[in-house]
Amino acid sequence: MDQYKALIGLEMHCEISKTNTKVFSSAKNSYEDTPNTNIRPVDMAFPGTLPVVNKEAVRKALMASIILNCKQPEYIYFERKNYYYPDLPKGFQITQETKPAPVGIYGELTYEVGEETKTIRVNNIHLEEDAASSTHHEDTTTINYNRAGVPLLELVTEPDFHSAEEAVSFLETMRSIYQYANISEADSKKGQIRCDVNVSIMDASLDEKDPKNWGTKIEIKNVNSFGGVRDAINYEIKRQIELKEDGKYDEMEQQTRRFDEETGTTIYMRSKVDAIDYKYFVEPNIPKFKLDPKWLEEIKATIPPLATERRDKYINELGVSPRDAKIIVKEKPLADYFEETVSLGANPQSAANWINSIILGHLNKMEKTIEELFLTPKMLKGLIDLVESSKISGKQAKEVLTKSLEEEKDPVKLVSELGMSQITDEAELTKIIKEVIEENPTQLESYKKNPKLFDYFVGQVMKKTRGKANPALSAKILKEELDK
Amino acid sequence: MEYMNKSIEEIHEALKKGEVTSKELIQESLKKSHELQEKCNAFVTILDDAKEQIVTEEVLSGIPYGIKDNYSTKGILSTGSSNTLKDYVPFFTATAIENLEKHGAVAVGKTVMDEFGMGGTGTTGHTGIVKNPWDTTRMCAGSSAGSAAAVAAGVFPYATGSDTGDSIRKPAAYCGIVGYKPTYGMISRYGLFPFASSLDHCGALTRNVKDAAIVVDAMKGKDKYDMTSWDSAYIHLAESLTGEVKGKKLCYIKELCNIENYPNASTTLKEHLENFANTLEKVKSLGIEVEEVSVDKTLLNALASVYVVISCAEATSNMSNLTGFIFGPRGEGENYIDMMKDYRTKNFSPLIKRRFVIGSYVLQKENKDRYFHNAQRVRRLLVDTWNKLFEKYDAVILPVGSGPAKHLDGSIDILDKDTAPLEEHLQVGNFGGFPSITIPDGFIDGLPVALNLTGACYDDANVLNIAYAIENILGYKNQISKGGK
Repeated sequence: MDQYKALIGLEMHCEISKTNTKVFSSAKNSYEDTPNTNIRPVDMAFPGTLPVVNKEAVRKALMASIILNCKQPEYIYFERKNYYYPDLPKGFQITQETKPAPVGIYGELTYEVGEETKTIRVNNIHLEEDAASSTHHEDTTTINYNRAGVPLLELVTEPDFHSAEEAVSFLETMRSIYQYANISEADSKKGQIRCDVNVSIMDASLDEKDPKNWGTKIEIKNVNSFGGVRDAINYEIKRQIELKEDGKYDEMEQQTRRFDEETGTTIYMRSKVDAIDYKYFVEPNIPKFKLDPKWLEEIKATIPPLATERRDKYINELGVSPRDAKIIVKEKPLADYFEETVSLGANPQSAANWINSIILGHLNKMEKTIEELFLTPKMLKGLIDLVESSKISGKQAKEVLTKSLEEEKDPVKLVSELGMSQITDEAELTKIIKEVIEENPTQLESYKKNPKLFDYFVGQVMKKTRGKANPALSAKILKEELDK
Repeated sequence: MEYMNKSIEEIHEALKKGEVTSKELIQESLKKSHELQEKCNAFVTILDDAKEQIVTEEVLSGIPYGIKDNYSTKGILSTGSSNTLKDYVPFFTATAIENLEKHGAVAVGKTVMDEFGMGGTGTTGHTGIVKNPWDTTRMCAGSSAGSAAAVAAGVFPYATGSDTGDSIRKPAAYCGIVGYKPTYGMISRYGLFPFASSLDHCGALTRNVKDAAIVVDAMKGKDKYDMTSWDSAYIHLAESLTGEVKGKKLCYIKELCNIENYPNASTTLKEHLENFANTLEKVKSLGIEVEEVSVDKTLLNALASVYVVISCAEATSNMSNLTGFIFGPRGEGENYIDMMKDYRTKNFSPLIKRRFVIGSYVLQKENKDRYFHNAQRVRRLLVDTWNKLFEKYDAVILPVGSGPAKHLDGSIDILDKDTAPLEEHLQVGNFGGFPSITIPDGFIDGLPVALNLTGACYDDANVLNIAYAIENILGYKNQISKGGK
């Protein structure tokens, strides 16, 4: 591999899920509803229907363009991409081509790969409509037109990635941006993110800035998960290197392949020569729209704090460890959950500890999202407070939280149900400790010579109280009583 | 006593006075519809169960009218005169029709057109050819053929039309009536079956200018379902018709109107242009200045090609929704591609298929700049040329076509390629979205001929007022076809 360098570019499609209605239709933009219920006549292309642009979708698209440091156009136009497919009732998709300019061109974004910071060039980002979703059964296919017309952002990068790891890190960064900017849930499980990947290899010794040195570009269509992107890139690099080593690379034509999830391989679809001519032209039913620089300023001013900004705040203002802060901001819903818990008055580092250990572990195990979690930030705060005020020990809290998540019960209620509260009453503890000392005269004698036996007495106290004795207080009293 | 041959205001007056009821008007209109159907085949559907409306202060209330069959009408067959939609009953009504309904208008029929508006003869509808009520051996022109025939025959005082090249204004000319398409976007196109979206206009066919103003006043308005519609609430067309035109300026184009441009001119063409010249003299008598201007002949000769390229390209895309899956009779085949091919092959007429081929060809990557983009550049040049004229003149006045209605038997008319720009110049009105109105200006061989006035965008009231004044001195107002053959 060292002999070769891979050049990888991405086309990332992400549905804008955070608008009330579709991009050119007044039907509801919703993923969950019963199939074929969110439909207006225009979504089924009934004769005489016309597209009407959803300004909120344009606003969100422009926000993404600004975040990606792209240049915004003077006018907003839309174009028709003409092709026949059952999921596209009009027979054309309303989209934006590069001429006239889409919502954003020529941007760049820095992102992190492990500890390293890298920069990727963005060729363009454009706003378009999604097609209906198809479900293929054994001998039939069903179509759900709820998705027809859902706003979709397509981001096209330059071939600036060199590894699957870089590409996936960039996708994770973009997902985070879409979530934090309230543009999209960006959930690939809901099919909201879909990628096309292009891969070529070249001699590592040559200058990659000169396109003449680039290899043959292979496009891989419809890769629908980040794991898939990683596997497709790795497979394709390996395949192309093998061709090179076998001396067959130069015979390889520019082509489109598809990723097969089952086998983790890419499969030939069509040659570049057979590429579809989409016969683009400007959509005549949407008048060109002059972008007011004031509106762009307004949009810029309303970009919510993104992940890195929130992470820095957690570290610098809330005193959360960098490691924990980084984990929390990875998914916006998790960061929101954390912030709500803290805003209720919980200790930030304790909240981070519980979220990153037991709660995340539970979510992963149950394949749930934080939104589906039974435990509310208020409940978590209650539990943290019990530990803070020494009502229960950390060990007990761990036990309670696990039980609470499993049985879907309020942890504070569980603590009282299980009679788990710590013994923090000094008089009560002194009484118990005196009993323990009386019951162990031989050990008391040995202790006088060997202070290491102190731990033995601690254990006896815990045993007698079934772990409910407050450890710090017990130790203090025990020391006093033993040294008397 | 007949009423359907009268003007809208006269009928309204009679209704208000109680001389006649809405129900009686409907009966009269339906009876005449069936008679005309026998004679000219103007209707796809005659609405025998049309319900009378309460007569109010609204001048259109209770009065019958006709709808071109490319307007979507809820619960009523809407075919676009195409086999692809031969059984299509929409579940929503076009905004323009809804607006007429709000004014109490009563639809009594859906009229035949060239298939989806793609034709200028009125002979390509799926229910057969439409004959001219003045002479049934001749055509009405198209595509609003049925609407023109029915209004001319006195079936009702007005009908809706649509106009992509000249589809309202040419049939109006051939049938001796008024045809008006307002500025692009004044009437919402929501619910109008599209042909070429950047050129499509809704409009009206009537028997006098004031009726055209009244009808478009009712049809127009900004519509949240059509982004190209605009707010024209400040424009009151009918109220603007004062007849005061002294000092207005018109121009005609030498290269189109001068007989010397036509070395092989037929007697008919000579008569038509002479008649137009005489009309100009009468126009001048109103105190209107009329001047001759010159427009590059190369530009005029390019007109027809520009239209073909742009309209076919947009039409190919606009009609891609016709697959026979969601609506329309489903085709046969093993898979969706075969089923779609079967449906489209069986149900589109050869003329339309030819236009689809042209449309696809000019949009192909390797041809797009040479044809489609060049057509758009020339479109821009033509529109700029006309806009330049509108800086100095209130409107351009020109004869419509090269004479009266052509014969249905195409072999009778002599083809003169020199007259192409004269036949096609109304398309400039669509290129620029200009308000454009055709009014009758005389007869040749007992058949009506017409002139056209086209003005600047948003200047509809001015253009209509000039047409109104000219109409008053010409004497062809409210004429009903006197069909011999």
